[in-house]
Amino acid sequence: MSDYKSGSNLEKVLRSGQFAFTGECGPPQGANVEHLREKARHLKGVVDAVNVTDNQTAVVRMSSWAASLILIQEGIEPNFQMVCRDRNRLAIQSDILGVYSLGIRNMLCLSGDHQKFGNHPDAKNVFDIDSMQLIHTVKTMRDEGTFLNGQEVDVPPRLFIGAASNPFAEPFDFRVYRLAKKISAGADFVQTQCIYNMDKFREFMKRAVDMGLHEKCYILAGVTPMKSVGMALYMAKQVPGMDVPDSLIQRLRGAGKGKAAEEGIKFALEQIEEFKEMEGVAGVHLMAIEWEHKVPEIAERAGVLPRPVV
Amino acid sequence: MIVAQPKPIKEILEMVKDFRKILVVGCKGCVTVCNVGGAKEVGILAASLRIARRRSGHAIQVDEHTLERQCDPEYVAELKDIIGGYDAVISIACGVGPQFLSERYPSTRVFPGVNTQFMGGAEAHGVWSERCAGCGTCVVHYFGGLCPIARCSKSLLNGPCGGSSHGKCEISKDVECIWDTIVNKMMEQGRLNELLEFRPPKSWTTARDGGPRKMVREELVK
Repeated sequence: MSDYKSGSNLEKVLRSGQFAFTGECGPPQGANVEHLREKARHLKGVVDAVNVTDNQTAVVRMSSWAASLILIQEGIEPNFQMVCRDRNRLAIQSDILGVYSLGIRNMLCLSGDHQKFGNHPDAKNVFDIDSMQLIHTVKTMRDEGTFLNGQEVDVPPRLFIGAASNPFAEPFDFRVYRLAKKISAGADFVQTQCIYNMDKFREFMKRAVDMGLHEKCYILAGVTPMKSVGMALYMAKQVPGMDVPDSLIQRLRGAGKGKAAEEGIKFALEQIEEFKEMEGVAGVHLMAIEWEHKVPEIAERAGVLPRPVV
Repeated sequence: MIVAQPKPIKEILEMVKDFRKILVVGCKGCVTVCNVGGAKEVGILAASLRIARRRSGHAIQVDEHTLERQCDPEYVAELKDIIGGYDAVISIACGVGPQFLSERYPSTRVFPGVNTQFMGGAEAHGVWSERCAGCGTCVVHYFGGLCPIARCSKSLLNGPCGGSSHGKCEISKDVECIWDTIVNKMMEQGRLNELLEFRPPKSWTTARDGGPRKMVREELVK
């Protein structure tokens, strides 16, 4: 019997000390299984696990657990995301048992975007528990073998527990402490918000390393390549908690017509190079939004292929 | 106080379009303080209804009455001799008012004239904001005296989330991120350690989630 917490591929890669590389795939706004399979196939063998988003930006999509299972059918390891917006603690715990029973081994715990952003703004939200409590719930079920009410779980779910961290949200000084709190609550790995402001991220990581957080939890740096100047402007102005420096926008503009996407990829590659060397960073989480087909090229150019087999 | 806002006059006119003798009932409690349901607003609504109906060629009688409180049977009883003379009653108290009137006078048609918003207070003249979600188990002392259940859009007990930006909530630039305020206050006061403490899932049994609530204080029951 291994001493892995879950035995997931992602856990094994991280435990082996190799630089992890994870991807992301949003389920379709419908039952378009073929489209999902097609998007996911670009990621096969190119990343260690694929995050499957849970009604991201509060837009209704195929459920993250169902899409995660489809990825498993494709031979791809999912990182099942769950948000607290849509479920109370009964549904949360039963879904945790359900996904584990069907072969899911990684789970990312999130609060979730407010429904006001999405396509059902009239919805009632739940938020019975928050992301911190969700992390703790999964850990309690896995390690204590009990539900939130203290009753015994008949075969505990052995999940590798993920959390998100946004070093760019405010108040900045508290962000590293909040990360520490998530680690104490039970996070085994953390994926950060998309990083564009490298100075701020270096400072954040320095503080995390000073506190020894990188020794208690694997920290994966979030990278989203910019496809265009328009995307950069949108991220800078419209997406809460996103920090896009003007210098990056100018750089994309300066690339000239039709070349912004390549410049965006170049910036991402430079980031990945730096993250490989940055103390405390255990890997990269590449969120190529609706750009899955570009991931193999980015991975190749970033020198992270072939992916380790552990 | 309980803060309310007037329903659009069009909506009220539509509600009472089939009635010819109407009583508008105000309340001297919270809704008087937030300038929506006191004697003055009763007068304004009654006059608006009269004018609108006269203009449309369906003149009606609209009378005015303001109770000390609509959430107390002894004051609601004050209407017993007059309420029978009306086809409809419009209550401009909070949501408690029309229900106390409906319960006390079952044969009377009662309509709400305001939309009850929240439990809060006046930030400035003409500006009110929410403070309490009535969860039934107050914990504001953990959060620098500020309530994240009522004031965080996600009711996070271990905030702030990743959407906090420049002191504002991700849902709107008009909404304060209360967690930003809580964190800054606690850090300034050297109380970071309290924020690092894990707040476990809350029991919502005392909130509305536990079912409609009732409180009996034996020492006061006659």
